[in-house]
Amino acid sequence: MSSRYAGLLGAACLLLLLLPMRAGAADSDRQVIHVLNRLAFGPTLDDFNYVKLIGVERYVAEQLEPEAIDEPIELRFRLAQLTTLGLGAVELRGLYGPLRPVAGVKPSVDEIRAQQARARLVVREAAEARILKAVLSRRQLQQVMVNFWFNHFNIFSGKGLDRVWIGNYEDQAIRPHALGRFRDLLLAVAQHPAMLVYLDNTEDAAPGSPGARGAASGLNENFAREVMELHTLGVNGGYTQGDVVTLARVLTGWRVNPPGSEKFPEVAAIFDGTRHDYSPKVFLGRKLDARGRAEGEEALDILASSPATAHHIAYELAQYFVADAPPPALVDRLAARFLATGGDIRQVLQTLFASPEFWDSAGQKYKTPYEYVISAVRAAGVPVNNLRPLIGWMSRFGMPLYGCQTPDGYANTQQAWLSPNAAIQRVSFAIALAGGGLPIGALPVGGEDGAALLPHRPDPIDPAPLEEIFGASLSRSTRAAVEAAPGGLRAALIFGSPDFMRR
Amino acid sequence: MARRRSIPRRFLLKAVSGAALLPFGHMAWAASADGDPPRLIVLLLRGAVDGLNVVVPYGEAAYYSARPTIAIARPGEPEGALALDGRFGLHPALASLLPLWRAETLAFIHAAGSPDPNRSHFEAQRYIENGTPGDSATPDGWMNRLLQVLPGRRDPTEALSVGPILPRILDGAAPSTNLPLGPNAARALPIDRPQIAAAFDRLYAGDDALDRAYREGRQARTELLGDLAREQAIAAGGAPPPSSFAARAGQLGRLLDGDPRIRLAFIALGGWDTHVDQGSHAGQLANRLRPLGEGLAALTQGLGRTWRDTVIVVLSEFGRTVHENGDRGTDHGHGNVIWVAGGAVRGGRIYGDWPGLAAAQLYQRRDLAVTTDFRTALAAILGPHLHLSDRQLDRVFPGAPPGVSGLGQLAGA
Repeated sequence: MSSRYAGLLGAACLLLLLLPMRAGAADSDRQVIHVLNRLAFGPTLDDFNYVKLIGVERYVAEQLEPEAIDEPIELRFRLAQLTTLGLGAVELRGLYGPLRPVAGVKPSVDEIRAQQARARLVVREAAEARILKAVLSRRQLQQVMVNFWFNHFNIFSGKGLDRVWIGNYEDQAIRPHALGRFRDLLLAVAQHPAMLVYLDNTEDAAPGSPGARGAASGLNENFAREVMELHTLGVNGGYTQGDVVTLARVLTGWRVNPPGSEKFPEVAAIFDGTRHDYSPKVFLGRKLDARGRAEGEEALDILASSPATAHHIAYELAQYFVADAPPPALVDRLAARFLATGGDIRQVLQTLFASPEFWDSAGQKYKTPYEYVISAVRAAGVPVNNLRPLIGWMSRFGMPLYGCQTPDGYANTQQAWLSPNAAIQRVSFAIALAGGGLPIGALPVGGEDGAALLPHRPDPIDPAPLEEIFGASLSRSTRAAVEAAPGGLRAALIFGSPDFMRR
Repeated sequence: MARRRSIPRRFLLKAVSGAALLPFGHMAWAASADGDPPRLIVLLLRGAVDGLNVVVPYGEAAYYSARPTIAIARPGEPEGALALDGRFGLHPALASLLPLWRAETLAFIHAAGSPDPNRSHFEAQRYIENGTPGDSATPDGWMNRLLQVLPGRRDPTEALSVGPILPRILDGAAPSTNLPLGPNAARALPIDRPQIAAAFDRLYAGDDALDRAYREGRQARTELLGDLAREQAIAAGGAPPPSSFAARAGQLGRLLDGDPRIRLAFIALGGWDTHVDQGSHAGQLANRLRPLGEGLAALTQGLGRTWRDTVIVVLSEFGRTVHENGDRGTDHGHGNVIWVAGGAVRGGRIYGDWPGLAAAQLYQRRDLAVTTDFRTALAAILGPHLHLSDRQLDRVFPGAPPGVSGLGQLAGA
């Protein structure tokens, strides 16, 4: 014991002597890890070395232009195996939606049940694609922003046809605009059938209009309210209950195109003029001309360009990328940038990533369960053939993928996710992952529900690459605890450390 | 029990505003003879349950004219409401609660809610949880402030939230814990092994929020694991219970019955936001209410003899529109109904000032008005039940209307 202490003392003296030099190196490792924690879902060993090589500034610039980044062949290969991934909304409904009568004969209960089981493939593949991209993509910022905007414009896979449309919604409405113009993103979301179903706008009809009947015989405020409260202006953004009703009237007729429709059979969402309220309206103090669909687009344009929206989006971005309670001065600068650029998300992010507030905020965010799971798998650097354990753990942590029922989406604050149970469960996950106890390396071989796995001998995770990434940046107390532990526990302790809970 | 029965069930008492009535007599809330502590269980129905279809004002013609397709029929009619008193009836999907009503251990406070007019689910839930409607900056939840004013040493097992996250209502300085009940709740984890625990304990020896959460989680786990295993053995002879709400509610009840350290419990249930095709006696809302009623019945059974020391409160962030919308659903409204159950609750009656449903009686001409502030209702329950002084209640609900501070006396002897 005493000789070990002596050794430690000697090492400490040496460290003191080397401190200025070491501190410089450690700071740069910290910067690399910071940028990967925020623009990516945490470092892999490859990304860590890559960013060290090219520097954090160039990495930021690269990530802001995802189209120029080549995706790894493994990711492309894996995505190519997901058969429902590229299907359009009409096809998805035709193949996996409710069975329709054939020649007047209704489907049997067994047939309906079998179809529902088949349909589960769609959301499972959407979840697999989402996780594969988060883990393997080199366009990390794009994946981060898809996750960010998905939560901002949340929909729930348990609501009606959204079980077959949720992946299409993410790919068609969100992903193309994740770094684009906010106005385009808002329009794409508001015109996607998955959102029209989720927030009931497909039932929004002008009372007494020729198309108003059955379930859709009058106004429905749901979407109109959430568009303003959650998607654009924010809850204190200056709208009234009267504006909610007016926007519901403006959006009457924005609906899902029913199956078998002869009008525009190739699209799943339409503007149905027979349900629209063509009377004159005043929205947020501005007179709207009765122009049918264009009137709705005008209303969304008004919302997208409002200073309240700029502030709301700026706040959310700063909260995600900087701190739970973001610095007001930064939010103001981002909002100004948003307004000056016509809501150009890429340019707002550029301002954000150049800000001192961003660089001074390392480690201030508590990871959400999604970020925690993805970042651990990325750092572990092990093959991920079977995603079910990861999907299962996200649910256990209270954050099932595509399973947030409410339109506010999942929060990304410490208040929302830190709890005594979460602390214990994360440690359990860390131990399972590090010990090879999660069968993520096992190859799925189909079977019922695609759940059968090839026999697989789990290997414990080698702590050496983890120490290479995090060694210089771990807190002193974490490093001491890791070094004091038996070798078999070291990877688990790094994954389960307070350092790794934060980003 | 005999002692309680001897207390006349008195009719209650008006708050300063004349609005709130108290479900409790004062003697009933002393700790029972063997010293079992009083318990409080709060169930939050997130998404705004349609209270007008839960406790149906069947005496109001306006109710039926406002809801041509979703109204619940009058008692005695086919699929009608279950008569409660001469004016109100219970949704037929809640038939499992009738025994509690008949035993006078279930009460409702109608036209209750938040004074804040916000119709955002998220703002309104924040206010219900932080207990300061209109002020979203309040950093802690009222159940946590309640813990802080309860006598005794603080311990994370005192307050238990069912589920994987800790809700805002329990946020704050006092420790609390959360536990996803269900079939796997008692399953052993690697962290239960001493060597592994020791290694991780060293990681979390500091004093920031993560360290504290970890230590509270460890302590709660150490203390509750035995309870959970015991509960499981009682519940099913060792077989894992099913994961339905009723199963978890029964599990919670047995957990409380077996462990007097747990004073407060919280459960949230979602899925009440019925904008489309809400249904009436059957349909979407009925399909949600039925398991809720069965769960409450299972909870009371699980509580066993602790039932007499327990109050269960069910509430929601706001009510829904009086008129059904164009889609046979209801939109975000204002006033709602608060449910109160417990072995010593002065139940079997509807409390609160009923404001009526005529157009001029509605809030903003569209919603049920709020005549009892939810804080007034809660203070009226907490005060006598947990023996809190007006000053303590004021810490739980700072800035609540004057009705609250007067309620201690109003409980009367």
